[in-house]
Amino acid sequence: MNQFYTLTVNGFDHEVADAWLGENLLFVLRERLGLIAAKGACEQGECGSCSVMVDDRLVCSCLVLAASAVGTSILTVEGLSNPGAPTDVQQAYVDAGAVQCGFCTPGLIMATHHLLDRNPDPSEMEIREELSGNICRCTGYGRIIEAVQQVAVARREVRS
Amino acid sequence: MSVIVAFTLDEALAALAAHPDALILSGGTDLLVEINEGHRKIGSGDAPQTVVAVDRVAELRSWTVDHERQMVQIGAGVTYSEMMEEPLAGLIPALAEAARTVGSPQIRNAGTLGGNLGTCSPAGDGLPVLSALGAVVHLVSANGRRELAVDEFMVGVKRTAREPGELISGVSIPIVTGWQGYSKVGVRNAMVIATASAALVADFEARRVRIALGSVGPTVLRCPEAESMLSAAVDWDHSAVDAGSVQEFGRLVTQTSRPIDDHRSTAQYRRHSVGVMAQRLARRAFPVDLNSGVGHPEENAR
Repeated sequence: MNQFYTLTVNGFDHEVADAWLGENLLFVLRERLGLIAAKGACEQGECGSCSVMVDDRLVCSCLVLAASAVGTSILTVEGLSNPGAPTDVQQAYVDAGAVQCGFCTPGLIMATHHLLDRNPDPSEMEIREELSGNICRCTGYGRIIEAVQQVAVARREVRS
Repeated sequence: MSVIVAFTLDEALAALAAHPDALILSGGTDLLVEINEGHRKIGSGDAPQTVVAVDRVAELRSWTVDHERQMVQIGAGVTYSEMMEEPLAGLIPALAEAARTVGSPQIRNAGTLGGNLGTCSPAGDGLPVLSALGAVVHLVSANGRRELAVDEFMVGVKRTAREPGELISGVSIPIVTGWQGYSKVGVRNAMVIATASAALVADFEARRVRIALGSVGPTVLRCPEAESMLSAAVDWDHSAVDAGSVQEFGRLVTQTSRPIDDHRSTAQYRRHSVGVMAQRLARRAFPVDLNSGVGHPEENAR
């Protein structure tokens, strides 16, 4: 039943022992490794609250079999920056008022980084489509989209 | 219970030969939902004891094009996100359209074409496209290889012709000259499982229309009668067809559909919507109205 395995999360190796091998990555991150940024709501890939990066691909951690993720590079919100030093995306979410209850925020932060790394100057439609896998029940999305646009503008100014 | 992560095709086939009843894990977007909800047991009682993860098998994760044979070969591990990217999207536009309607970016980054086939849900978005294009499924095992037409591979609701110990290695898809597209209805634009769907291919070389339907039967349905009727009615030299034939095409497609009532929709709505989608797809494929001459063929030229 038990087989221990090692996951690489935010650049550090973590041994997972005495765990049922059917556990998903979200459960292992939160309950076994104590990394609680990724949130669990639907556990069927519908809500995006558990979004993390696995080998630079944005995925729902609830749909990753943790034991099959050995040897991949896993990135969660905890690994984006040091405590007290938010990324530009995190700061923009605060500045734009894009956080209300905050439950969806970690997933949206990951999705926004993923989006802007690939498409530095997205249109509003592109933002909506790329964030369509992250459900927010508070904000109505307006300020979330504003936050993404703020980052795009700021990064453009830095580039020029 | 054990989890075997395969990095090469040989490793995957050896694992499946040793554990023919193993659950095959690709992107996980179907299997993990079943495990999370407790609908799929692993490691207890008669349930499979082994999961073979094939999502990192390099041989399955690429696609190639053979211009001489006019064929695209897509590895089973190619994701929906990758199907949406050029140049693959330009070679099989209907598959790219279908891929874009799957779930969300997170789901499309994980879910694969092989997984779509392996699960064989009646609502699988890639499946009507593969059927309308006449795709061939490649199966491998430690004992050898075989190929099956996709319509023979899909047997029923989540049932395929895959044998224990076999792995879907990929799909070959003909490059077709002419318009092709995918249409889907659901309760919203994103994150939605098809209530009904249809893929249409207008093969200008063979002068043949092909249409396949999703979510309106136990598995994907082709519509031979509707296809023959429209193929004969089309003026292939001018991308034109008369309004009456388009309407008749929709009627015949509706007639072929075999939907049920379930938690997602009603049979009546599905029958209706699939006929409407068939008519819209036909008009996008043949934009000129044969009687009035109204239309803009260049808009849809591919």
